[in-house]
Amino acid sequence: MDAAKPMAVALDGATVAFRLADARVYTAIEQVRLAVEHGEFVAIVGPTGCGKSTLLNVAAGLLRPSSGTVRIFDSPLAGLNRKAGYLFQADALFPWKTAIDNVAIGLEVSGVPRTQALERAQAWLNSVGLAAFGNRYPHMLSGGQRKRVGLAQVLIRDPKILLMDEPFGPLDAQTRQIMGNLLLDLWTAHRKAVLFVTHDLEEAIALADRVVIMSASPHARIIGDWRVPLSRPRDISEVRMEENFHALHREIWSVLKDEVMKGYAQSQAPAGAA
Amino acid sequence: MSRGGLLLFQLLVAVVFFGLWQLLATVPIFGHAVLPPFFFSTPVNVFNRILKWLVEGTIWRHLLVTLVESLLAFVIGSLSGALIGFWFARQQTVAAIFDPYVKMMNALPRVVLAPIFALWLGLGIWSKVALGITLVFFVVFFNVYQGVKEASTTLLDNARMLGMSERQLLRHVYWPSALSWMFSSLHTSVGFAVVGAVVGEYLGSAAGLGYLIQQAEGVFDVAGVFAGMIVLAMFVVAIDLLVTKVENRLLVWRPNAGTGTA
Repeated sequence: MDAAKPMAVALDGATVAFRLADARVYTAIEQVRLAVEHGEFVAIVGPTGCGKSTLLNVAAGLLRPSSGTVRIFDSPLAGLNRKAGYLFQADALFPWKTAIDNVAIGLEVSGVPRTQALERAQAWLNSVGLAAFGNRYPHMLSGGQRKRVGLAQVLIRDPKILLMDEPFGPLDAQTRQIMGNLLLDLWTAHRKAVLFVTHDLEEAIALADRVVIMSASPHARIIGDWRVPLSRPRDISEVRMEENFHALHREIWSVLKDEVMKGYAQSQAPAGAA
Repeated sequence: MSRGGLLLFQLLVAVVFFGLWQLLATVPIFGHAVLPPFFFSTPVNVFNRILKWLVEGTIWRHLLVTLVESLLAFVIGSLSGALIGFWFARQQTVAAIFDPYVKMMNALPRVVLAPIFALWLGLGIWSKVALGITLVFFVVFFNVYQGVKEASTTLLDNARMLGMSERQLLRHVYWPSALSWMFSSLHTSVGFAVVGAVVGEYLGSAAGLGYLIQQAEGVFDVAGVFAGMIVLAMFVVAIDLLVTKVENRLLVWRPNAGTGTA
């Protein structure tokens, strides 16, 4: 990596340890070193419960690492990461706000006049394909539609860094592909550094510039880092047919498989469960 | 079941109930009535009494008094409950200090306070309002407290990442969350406001539905007692309908609002 160029996100030696109720210490992630360039799309893949979300929370500034440093565009992160937008795994829309109000709120709280905020929110709803759904409350939307609103809610603030925690996890396979392509379109139009956490290796390869593999927790660390040799723009359902895709998938899976088995074994054992 | 069908069956229950009552009170079985009219009166007498009240117009003053008392108790009790519940939930130290006292006050049967309030505030409406407040306050207090404490952490994280300050969090997350809990207890707290008013009137006053019932009891006027109870029941049903309307209006964002669970 080019040392002169400031990294959008740079974690160095990041360790997060939690004190459990019985006074033992649980180390979720250990000595994580990860750098994401400006405009780069990095996917993080690992077995379930490997501390991927912890990693994102550290990058977001929601969680302070026990040791190690977090630098955002070359300055150390203190408090919340104001340059980042975060699309959570769970539904995080405000249930008492309509779709358009959910999208507009990020502008309103930073002082944009309401009429103007609503105008821009409508434009964002259009670009995520929900032009006619602005006055619906979240419970009236499908899971995929809620994720679209969530995406618009985060992107309207034009964050330089986009953190995504298994955003399409609960969606069905078709909707995931549609959402994946939508994400790539939006990302092409508004370049951002993306940290995309998923447990789906195929999704990771199809979307990202780089795929990073984490080991099973506790003491999860990064055990592999691959560049994805696929051209852009991509269509994520077509890209899966390419030979490069399969070769890379085989290569990564050979490493990931052991960790998935380890993670599975740990989740079966009562003592180590987080 | 359709709405009309449901209403029909609901009415049928009332017809059967009053029919049986009339029958057992007026038709002697083996020489004497099962429900002697002196103790049970008859539906006809009761309805005549209500009709008389309505025609003479005496009932309106009492209804108005009870309504005003209930409303005041509800508004003051809800506001203070919401504010203090909100404050306690955000200030855990304060909540911890007052915790045993809140529990003591809440466990106290409110009826024992009625004479004290009558002593302090006189026999006018304010002693009844005070009694209602002590009932409404705790319902709203506990609900708002819970609502603020249980505001979803994901939602809070999301709000922070969207750039909200602590004050904006209060407005856009904590407050709506607390309000939704408060509105879910709306039926209970409105009901308690009426209970406070009527019990207060019953124990000492010069007007209101509770006073009406108490007066009738004092002279063994059973028809008057039942008439008062029925008017009170109608009053409560009307208020409950109103509350449901308000609730559906305010909680449109809720998954089940507007479908009218009864």
